Order: sequence, then C-alpha cells, then structure tokens
Amino acid sequence: MKILLPFLGVIGVVMVAFVGVELLNLRYLFGIIIPYAAFITFMAGVILHVLKWGRSAVPFCIPTTSGQQKSFPWVKRDRLDNPSDNLEVIGRMALEVFLFRSLFSNTSSSLKEDEGRLIHGSSKWLWGAGLAFHWTFFIVVFRHLRLFVDPIPSVLYLVDSLDGLMQLGVPVLYWTGLILLGSATYLFIRRVFIPQVRYISLPNDHFPLLLIIAIVLSGLLMRYFLKVDIIYVKDLTVGLFSLKPVITHNLGLIFYIHLFLVSVLLAYFPFSKLMHAAGVLLSPTRNMPNNSRRVRHINPWNYPVKVHTYEEYEDDFRDKMKKAGIPVEKE
Amino acid sequence: MSDKSKVIYLLVIFCAVAAFPFLYNSLSTPVNAKIELNTPVIDAMKVKQCIVPKEEMRRDHMKILNRWRDEVVRDSHREFGNIDGVMYEKSLQRTCMHCHSNKSEFCDRCHAYASVDVYCWDCHLAPKENKP
Repeated sequence: MKILLPFLGVIGVVMVAFVGVELLNLRYLFGIIIPYAAFITFMAGVILHVLKWGRSAVPFCIPTTSGQQKSFPWVKRDRLDNPSDNLEVIGRMALEVFLFRSLFSNTSSSLKEDEGRLIHGSSKWLWGAGLAFHWTFFIVVFRHLRLFVDPIPSVLYLVDSLDGLMQLGVPVLYWTGLILLGSATYLFIRRVFIPQVRYISLPNDHFPLLLIIAIVLSGLLMRYFLKVDIIYVKDLTVGLFSLKPVITHNLGLIFYIHLFLVSVLLAYFPFSKLMHAAGVLLSPTRNMPNNSRRVRHINPWNYPVKVHTYEEYEDDFRDKMKKAGIPVEKE
Repeated sequence: MSDKSKVIYLLVIFCAVAAFPFLYNSLSTPVNAKIELNTPVIDAMKVKQCIVPKEEMRRDHMKILNRWRDEVVRDSHREFGNIDGVMYEKSLQRTCMHCHSNKSEFCDRCHAYASVDVYCWDCHLAPKENKP
C-alpha cells in the first residue's frame, strides 16, 4: 500500500494530462496556466519555507565535531571535520553539498551466519547512486536551458557536446539521461528490496522518486521514440520564459504529459522532503563553526534572569553579619 | 542567534538563478528560426512536395537520415520509395540538398535555435551557396 498509493498517484497524474489534453483539449490550461501556477507555487513555497526556517532560533552551538578541534599550534587539527571559522565551514559544506561527504562514510552491518559475528563494512552504493542521481539531474535540468533561452549561450553547446560525446544514434544519445534513469531506478528498488529501508519508507518517500522516474521516462520517450516538433516546443517554452506564451501548433500528447509531470513536481516540491535542497544549508550541525570557547553563542530563548547579587545580600544583612563577626566588604 | 543573514543570501541566489532565463530573454534579441523554402529548384517544382509529408519531415528527418545512412553504408540499399511510389535516391547531398540548396537558411536556422550540433558535415560536403 505504501508503494501502491504513490504509484497510482503518478499514473493518475499522467491520466489527468491525457484526459485534459487528448479528450478535453485543454491545451492552454496544460501548456500555460498550470506550468505558471506550478512555478509560482514552487518559488513562493520555497521562499516562505526558508524564511520560516530563518526566523526560528538557533539556540545552541552544536556543530558535529568528528575531528581534532583547533587547539595548540602543535596539535594536528582537522579543518574539515572540526571547522573553527566560516571559511572552513564553507569548505565542509561545499563537500557535503557537492560530494555528499557524510554519506560517503555510510556503513552497513551484517551478521555473518557461520561465525555468528557482527560485521561492519563500508557501503558506498547509496552514496554512488545518490551522487549520480543528483549530478545527472542537475545536468539534465541545466541542458534544458537550451529550450528556455534564445539565443543559446555557448556554454550550453559545450555541455551538449560533452553529454552527447558518444554520438550514438540521431538525435544523439545523452548519457546523463540514461544514468539519471538508472540511478533513480536503483534508489527506488533499494527502498523496495532492502527490508529495513522498506520498513521506514513512506508514501512521500516513494512518490517523488516515482514522479521523477516518470518525468525521465516521458522525456526519453519524447526525445528518442515518440518525437515532437522541437521548434514548436521551444516556441512555447521560450514564450513561457519571456512572459509572452502562445501555443501555435499541435505539440503532441507526450510533451503535455512531460510538462504536467514537471509541473506537479514543482508544485509538490515546497511541501515535501525535496526541501532538503535548502535544508541541507541550514543544518546547524553542519553550518556552524566549532568556536564555542572563543565566541559567545547567545541563545535567543534566554530571558533576563532575576538575580540577587552578593552586594545586595550584604546590604540586606550587614548589621546581622557584623554582630555575628562575619567580615563584610563594605563597612 | 539565528540564520537570518545566511537565509537572505540563500534566497537572493535562489531568486537570481530562477530569474536568469526571464532576464536573459528580455534582454536578448531572438534568433530567426524561420526556415527558407524558396530555392530555385523548389520554385521550379509544380507540386511542392518533400519525400514525406511536411509534419513528419519536421519531426523525424533526423531518424530518416540516420536510417538512410545505415542502409546505404551497410547494405548498399540506395532507393527510397515514398508513399506515392515515387523513387528517390538515399543521398543527403544529391537528394536533400539538391532541392534545399540553402543550408544556412534551411538546416542551420532551426538547428541553431534548438542548439542541435549536427555532425553531417564532418563527412559530407555542404552545398556551395551563392551569397549575395
């Protein structure tokens, strides 16, 4: 059920696009209004979400410290695992964001049947597939700029030629498309077949993965098999990105399915786990330097504490103290 | 303490990235992607008809060319009969470019518009165009 529900959800999204475009002929709605609505939802949702996070307090200085902190000059320190200033934090964060460094140290434990021993081993599959997935997804989205802008900046030609380096078939096969499909499929299969991961997976873990797989599949189908007239498609997409959208020609059902799936992903993004894209930069355990011994970290939850100092105490009891022979500061 | 200043930087970068295509399009002059069909050979034709219907050609020409290449190079199969039974030679230079002799206004315009870097001309000779 946890898997069936998101699966049916994605099928439903495709069916909505099919019914809307093919049967009801709502091309203006699916080509222009829904993409704009989804884009606005995405932007506003992400901004409001991040602003809400920004308003919340950071009460404690809690960077994870997995290395020697800055100490005496002759003690060898670990700059990346125990950053002491903002520059080192940026270095640590950059490795985290671009190379998923903490996932690289992922381990897996297994019980060896014959020996009855628990074995801890390094496990790089999640790291590798995750990295392949995110990077190829980024390149694919970046490559789509060729349909969004006019004229095309030369850097896009460079990315295109590198991506189509193998010159397999026409249109040229982009290897990022295949890697994206493969790694997304692996990430989904992993959630289904590893019992522990399946146990903790929820419908909102499966749905974005299946949605992205559907987007990739529809894109690959559109580019290599069903074909659309890319010039008319670009007329629409450039129109969308120039705020002057027009649909002049029949663009083909597969294009509308692809576009509607992407619109659903964009609109879904701010309300889902996909917000980890912004959240990773706001993790207090990663984005703070370990400088709590040098810089005072003010907890915004601190309220003015009512104190009664020694001087005030002495004022209250000076006479009694003198009588009892207790030394006082002030005569 | 809170992440307020960090958050503002983050959102500014995010908005700048999202706004890039909109700004770029509003500041740039669009390229001409209209293909030119009036060449001397086409003008002289009584029935202006490509080897397959126009819509199919626009969508699938690269697949046809790729299939032709394989069939000619691997099987020496050089004849192409279209749906009306008219025979054509499977040749980029002698069939396609015979009529569409204006490569820069026919091939290149759309390909530049869609950022398609074709490798036909790595081997084939491009037709000589009489530039005014």
